[in-house]
Amino acid sequence: MSDHHHHDDHDHHHDNHYSDMQARVKALETLLTAKGLIDPAAIDAIVETYETKVGPRNGAQVVAKAWVDAEFRDWLTRDATAAIASLGFSGRQGEHMRAVFNAPDEHNLVVCTLCSCYPWSVLGLPPVWYKAPAYRSRAVMDPRGVLAEFGVTLPEDTRIRVWDSTAELRYLVVPERPAGTERLNEAALAALVTRDSMIGTGLALSPEALALQPEAAR
Amino acid sequence: MNGPHDLGGQMGFGPVAPEPNEPYFHGDWEKRALGLTLSCGAMGHWNLDESRHARESIPPADYLSASYYEIWIRALDALLERHGFATHAELFDGAAPTPGTRPKRVLTAENVAGVLARGGPCDRPVDADPRFAPGARVRTRNFHPAGHTRLPRYARGKIGTVETVQGSFVFPDDNAHGKGENPQWVYTVVFDAAEIWGESAAPGLTISIDAWESYLEPV
Repeated sequence: MSDHHHHDDHDHHHDNHYSDMQARVKALETLLTAKGLIDPAAIDAIVETYETKVGPRNGAQVVAKAWVDAEFRDWLTRDATAAIASLGFSGRQGEHMRAVFNAPDEHNLVVCTLCSCYPWSVLGLPPVWYKAPAYRSRAVMDPRGVLAEFGVTLPEDTRIRVWDSTAELRYLVVPERPAGTERLNEAALAALVTRDSMIGTGLALSPEALALQPEAAR
Repeated sequence: MNGPHDLGGQMGFGPVAPEPNEPYFHGDWEKRALGLTLSCGAMGHWNLDESRHARESIPPADYLSASYYEIWIRALDALLERHGFATHAELFDGAAPTPGTRPKRVLTAENVAGVLARGGPCDRPVDADPRFAPGARVRTRNFHPAGHTRLPRYARGKIGTVETVQGSFVFPDDNAHGKGENPQWVYTVVFDAAEIWGESAAPGLTISIDAWESYLEPV
């Protein structure tokens, strides 16, 4: 039994505490500020970091570089944490990175069945579906069914490898480079790399598919 | 613990619902919830493993009906109370603030960039050599601890193959309960889907977990 599992845990059953999360969180922030435990300006800075600095464009740069630079790809295979840090992406929830590479006959899919482990340093904050029971329960059992809900159908003979992030390793999927992109530079290639393609619930876009996407969706 | 968080292979949650152009936050309170959780963690009185255990200790019906940021806030309330930073009356009944535990550190705005950049590496050296090498056949233990563990239920008592020795890391089953970091080797262990899901296994599917050494026995 947990050392900490004392009676207080059972006092928290009053669901009305959490019926209005806006009010609950505001009350908590007010209390902790009054007690000198937190600095509201630090919260602003954290939010700003994940709204403007740390997001999936980071990971897209890593993938694009791996597509064009064989030496970088090799480094990413051997020591993903260092290779990714060389592009300036490191820190919280990216301390121990691993890159996994899709191939014509093998597709990789990342999940955290136990909580919401996700490579923040390269993908930013996880989307709601990644943290929700539907994805966490089914990704390990019915990945093709899950992929279909993202509009992805793989050839029948493609092997699927699901990585359940049960420890502190954080996985970045390197999707396959789309056909017909030989003449694109790294920046143009990065625009083809979607967040979902780096989780494994999507594929990198073709230049034609990118052109059809509304600006806001990129 | 066999808690509501251990979701691999459960059924009945319906389709995954990806949201087109999903915003980073659904409402301002989620922003504050993120910042509060990280700020309170930065006080340095509990570790990520204890936080995870607080989340998975939420009663199952509440856990499964809560959004993830609500799960974080419910767990944060429990951690603040457990560590003496706030009383139940302060948290929920609007009682006047009492002194309570003083934090080791308070995260200020100017320190945020540095704290996020440092993160919290949890690799630690161990004296012993790894017990298993790549290619080794192993069986995961079939245990049901009441405390924290990172061996999911669907992967207990299953035979798989060690693919990679990933390094040595803090052992969460101990660290979540204040029993020390007690680092162990961690291995990526791969299972054929049939070993886990039997006759309903999808063809061509393999699943891997990252397992601490004490989760594994030689076959």
